[in-house]
Amino acid sequence: MNFMASKQPENSLLGPESDSQRTLYPYVTGTSVVALKYKDGILMAADMGGSYGSTLRYKSVERMKPIGKHSLLGASGEISDFQEILRYLDELILYDNMWDDGNSLGPKEVHNYLTRVMYNRRNKFNPLWNSLVLGGVKNGQKYLGTVSMIGVNFEDNHVATGFGNHLARPILRQEWHENLSFEDGVRLLEKCMRVLLYRDRSAVNKLQIAKITEDGVTISQPYSLKTYWEFSAFENPAQGAIGSW
Amino acid sequence: MFRNQYDTDVTTWSPAGRLFQVEYAMEAVKQGSAAIGLRSKTHVVLGCVNKANSELSSHQKKIFKVDDHIGVAIAGLTADGRVLSRYMRNECINYSFTYESPLPVGRLVVQLADKAQVCTQRSWKRPYGVGLLVAGLDESGAHLYYNCPSGNYFEYQAFAIGSRSQAAKTYLERRFESFRDTTRDNLVKDALMAIRETLQGETLKSSVCTVAVVGVGEPFHVLDQGTVQQMIDAFEIVAEQEGPAAEPDVDSGQEASAEPEPEQGAAAGEGVAPMDI
Repeated sequence: MNFMASKQPENSLLGPESDSQRTLYPYVTGTSVVALKYKDGILMAADMGGSYGSTLRYKSVERMKPIGKHSLLGASGEISDFQEILRYLDELILYDNMWDDGNSLGPKEVHNYLTRVMYNRRNKFNPLWNSLVLGGVKNGQKYLGTVSMIGVNFEDNHVATGFGNHLARPILRQEWHENLSFEDGVRLLEKCMRVLLYRDRSAVNKLQIAKITEDGVTISQPYSLKTYWEFSAFENPAQGAIGSW
Repeated sequence: MFRNQYDTDVTTWSPAGRLFQVEYAMEAVKQGSAAIGLRSKTHVVLGCVNKANSELSSHQKKIFKVDDHIGVAIAGLTADGRVLSRYMRNECINYSFTYESPLPVGRLVVQLADKAQVCTQRSWKRPYGVGLLVAGLDESGAHLYYNCPSGNYFEYQAFAIGSRSQAAKTYLERRFESFRDTTRDNLVKDALMAIRETLQGETLKSSVCTVAVVGVGEPFHVLDQGTVQQMIDAFEIVAEQEGPAAEPDVDSGQEASAEPEPEQGAAAGEGVAPMDI
């Protein structure tokens, strides 16, 4: 992966890269995750692509997973780091269940735990190269938050990672409102995912939509979005392009 | 309890299957000054008797705030209690930092109990000589637990520990069924009454006791002396009014004595009727 290698500036204190045991660049990556709060809980969407640089190599990667009884985690970025995070959370939930005492970690607790993990790794210059979306419902309270690989975390009514921030969030800012119905929520997410499919080169047309409510998590079977390529601008893309000579 | 050949080490069992050192540690709790706790569905109240060694010294602190939603009252070796309170505060704050959520009381209590158990199974340690009444609030409601030096813990509707706690326990046993649905103020009053039982005749004043409350919408805090004294005065007045009404003989007796008064007043006028002047 030479074309991914980065050259350090002369005054870097980081030492030779060759003997590094820490994460330097991602290899197999997932693209955007988009999520929003709706009437009964959270809806989250992510495609099933795992890119290897510019190659769309893996097309059945599940990038959203349920965590415990109350949460759903979606990730973009390095897939192997996502799998590592799932192992950490597995252990966390296991110990939580072992108390066997009627208390359980809710989405807020999981989100904050992840924030601590991501931030501490960032401080050691060995980040988990992911942007995470954590959504859930507990005791009727809906929760939706995000954490980045450098530990930036916040909650909102709708969140996205990567390209989703640039292409999906503006749509959500215009069209999201409280108490969306399930159908309206899905329609809105599909609208965002369609724009991402047209405009994000790492997007693949095979996606899943996940829903989490008080009753639990459901992740849909993979499906494809209908696309339209007969726009006149697509037919002759170079028409109207001004040449330089 | 009498000395015997099995009570030197905490790691020595007696033939009857007892660990005497642990039991001696529980004796230390019984010698400490009383602490009581009671809870309703939404509030938990802790109270303790605070006797200073001498008039010159200050009272020992026996109630500790552990977090906004948890507090503890101790009886026994207060130094051990202080150290355990610091442990509990640490656990709470670490949990809050990692999960941005309050530590469920039930979990803290189990951690405390496990810590106490360690000291019953190491030859180079001794059991903690303090009993803790842990009061706290979490998602599943209001809780009161008692942690023993043995490493056992129990949940209670109301409990009392320390010297002369049996008197308080008797009072609480009579009244505990009403605690679940009672108001916060009544709960505090019941706590003060229970403390009064342990004082066995001594006057109940805010200077000899400490009361703390935690409840829904009310973070754990120790009530200040003024408030406590007001509450004591309030229910002591009620007690006085109830006294005469409860005894019809005294009533008729009072009526009878009211009539002859003017005559007596007139007869011994010179020094006996200050109100005429």
